[in-house]
Amino acid sequence: MKMLRFILEKEFRQVFRNKATMRMMFIMPIIQLVLLPLAANYEVININLAIVDHDRSTWSNQLIQKITATGYFRFIGYVNSYPAAVGLIEHDQADVIMTIPPRFEKDLVKEDNAEIMLSVNAINGAKANIGSGYLTSIIRNYSQDIRVRNFPVSKLVPEPVIETENRYWFNVYMNYQQFMVPGILVILVTMVGSILAAMNIVREKEIGTIEQINVTPIPKYIFIIGKLILFWIMGQFVLLLGMLVGRVVYGVIPQGNIGLIFLFSSVYLLAVLGLGLLISTTAQTQQQAMLVAFFLMMVFILLGGLYTSIDSMPNWAQWITKINPVTYFIEVMRMVVMKGSSLRDIAGHLGIVALLAVVLNTWAVISYRKTA
Amino acid sequence: MKQLFTFIGKEWTHIWRDRRTLLILFGMPLVQMLIFGFALSTEVKNSKVAILDPSKDVATRAIIQRIDASKYFDVTDILRAPQQIEPTFKRGQIKLVIVFPEQFREMLLHTNKAQLQIIADASDPNIGTTITNYANAIIRDYQQELQSGPLPYTINIQTRMLYNPQLESAYNFVPGVMSMILLLVCTMMTSIAIVREKEMGTMEVLLASPLRPALIIISKAIPYLLLSIINISTILLLSYYVLEVPIKGSLPLLLAVSILFIITALSLGLLISTVAANQQIAMFISLISMFLPTLMFSGFMFPIENMPVPLQVISNIVPAKWYYLIVKSIMIKGLGISAIWREVLILTGMSFFLLALSTKKFKIRLA
Repeated sequence: MKMLRFILEKEFRQVFRNKATMRMMFIMPIIQLVLLPLAANYEVININLAIVDHDRSTWSNQLIQKITATGYFRFIGYVNSYPAAVGLIEHDQADVIMTIPPRFEKDLVKEDNAEIMLSVNAINGAKANIGSGYLTSIIRNYSQDIRVRNFPVSKLVPEPVIETENRYWFNVYMNYQQFMVPGILVILVTMVGSILAAMNIVREKEIGTIEQINVTPIPKYIFIIGKLILFWIMGQFVLLLGMLVGRVVYGVIPQGNIGLIFLFSSVYLLAVLGLGLLISTTAQTQQQAMLVAFFLMMVFILLGGLYTSIDSMPNWAQWITKINPVTYFIEVMRMVVMKGSSLRDIAGHLGIVALLAVVLNTWAVISYRKTA
Repeated sequence: MKQLFTFIGKEWTHIWRDRRTLLILFGMPLVQMLIFGFALSTEVKNSKVAILDPSKDVATRAIIQRIDASKYFDVTDILRAPQQIEPTFKRGQIKLVIVFPEQFREMLLHTNKAQLQIIADASDPNIGTTITNYANAIIRDYQQELQSGPLPYTINIQTRMLYNPQLESAYNFVPGVMSMILLLVCTMMTSIAIVREKEMGTMEVLLASPLRPALIIISKAIPYLLLSIINISTILLLSYYVLEVPIKGSLPLLLAVSILFIITALSLGLLISTVAANQQIAMFISLISMFLPTLMFSGFMFPIENMPVPLQVISNIVPAKWYYLIVKSIMIKGLGISAIWREVLILTGMSFFLLALSTKKFKIRLA
């Protein structure tokens, strides 16, 4: 116990003397937390629409007006020919081309149907799908409009209709920030914690100061625990700071008990720091540690479920997410902050992350050798 | 000149001897490309659905069966009472609950109208709206089948997906992930390689040599330029042959622009190395402060045109954004230099600016 106190004293002095690192460690995540959530918006709006209207009739005009009135589309103008419109897509000036054929109105009246062609820039497939989906439903609505206007109701046979009522729970205002702020905070805390830990022991190895520790009677596990406690406190502090910033700047107030978040993070940080320390004890140079930490962070963050849906990943990738601590913390954040889930709901997550923490830290202790 | 080559030779031997780092350096981007190329998609598939169906008649069963059969949904839970809905959501797995009324089919037959409720977990609003739309579309299709014959005044819509008819997610993510990995790896490697010499004290030795300081720095950057060129080549081979992303435009042009981008990233690394006192700080700047901004402002995750204007302006200083635009244009749209000269010019300008700034900041004497 006395030994641990000495180790802690050494670590704290070392860290707090390095003002530049300290400043960076707290300021950089906070700046990002303030700025980045504003950038995170999947909503597809402002779709640039170019129109090739070969008909120029009353109905084609009405249709165009109906589309531009929805607010999803930015009408960038009429184009004379389809190839010219494709040129606009090539230069990213247009996202969708709507081609209205000649005789559009006449065909509708005489043949009862007419064809409209939509050409969508589909490099981002999801965006293309949503954009053309909007447009399709607007056009369908318009076709219903003219049907009602021009067709005597008495002649219409009543058709069965299923009405759906859509409800959005836990986020009635569809506020992205409520979800992104806690998610981004998880990523920042994870990066700060794991990178501090990953660079730490290997730095002592590289500079040679670890030899001084190695000749002391300090057992391996005390040395590791000393590092762990220091970074754990810092990680919790960044999280606390982040929750405050989220509350002040974005008004993110957890529906559930905020204590649950810190309970989870106290276990979570052990796992993440254990991983960092493991990287640190196995790497030979800081360069290696950095590359490995970068690799793991990028995989964990991109497969963490914040940016893309985990359910849509292939099976093997879903297995990776099962041992990815970031996934669990992001899910817990979402559950506690937005749905007000209870301890019982997150108990499973807590258990798995605790297991990860035990495995990773034990591994780190074993792989740290006092004999170089 | 000869001195410069000697220095480059020294750096090269240095890097070459450290086999483990080299292995990580070459292996890592490939593994990342593989993982992200296959795993990332903006599509929302296989969402778990719970059903509350007190009617249990032919119509509701038909709808449930259609929902379950679609690639977007998996029906995993059958609820018995409305009180179960909220706890189900709170446990976190279920994304959507479909609630049928009693006597669904009777209502549909006798009054020509039946209602049902779709409740989505909108804690992630993107997924919430997307899956609600999918469910509505499935139900609309079912309704259309019940109706008789084509209606008058029907506008048929034919949709053409340009550049990516199969809607492959890789077409979007491969250029994005590529620009992200290249930028971060190059920046991290150069910044840390130089700061390391500072931290270990060997920089003094180098600076005392007759070679001009600027050339010393350049000699440190050149081996990493070569390594990165190897990296980009393997990444391209992988994305063409394994991820099946086409290279429609000119390959030499793509390589040339990639080298330009690598130079931009290396210059950024140089600049970081002149400000950072030790490797930890270099890593903090090049990884923690750059990771998320690169991810979010390059435009492959979130559309830049949706961001507030100040952030759109900020996004312009992210080099990866310009490279992502270029790669998309060349690889997927198959365009030539006339379509990307502006982006190329911007990257060139950035490189010059960063290089000039780091030469100015570079101190011949270490404190």
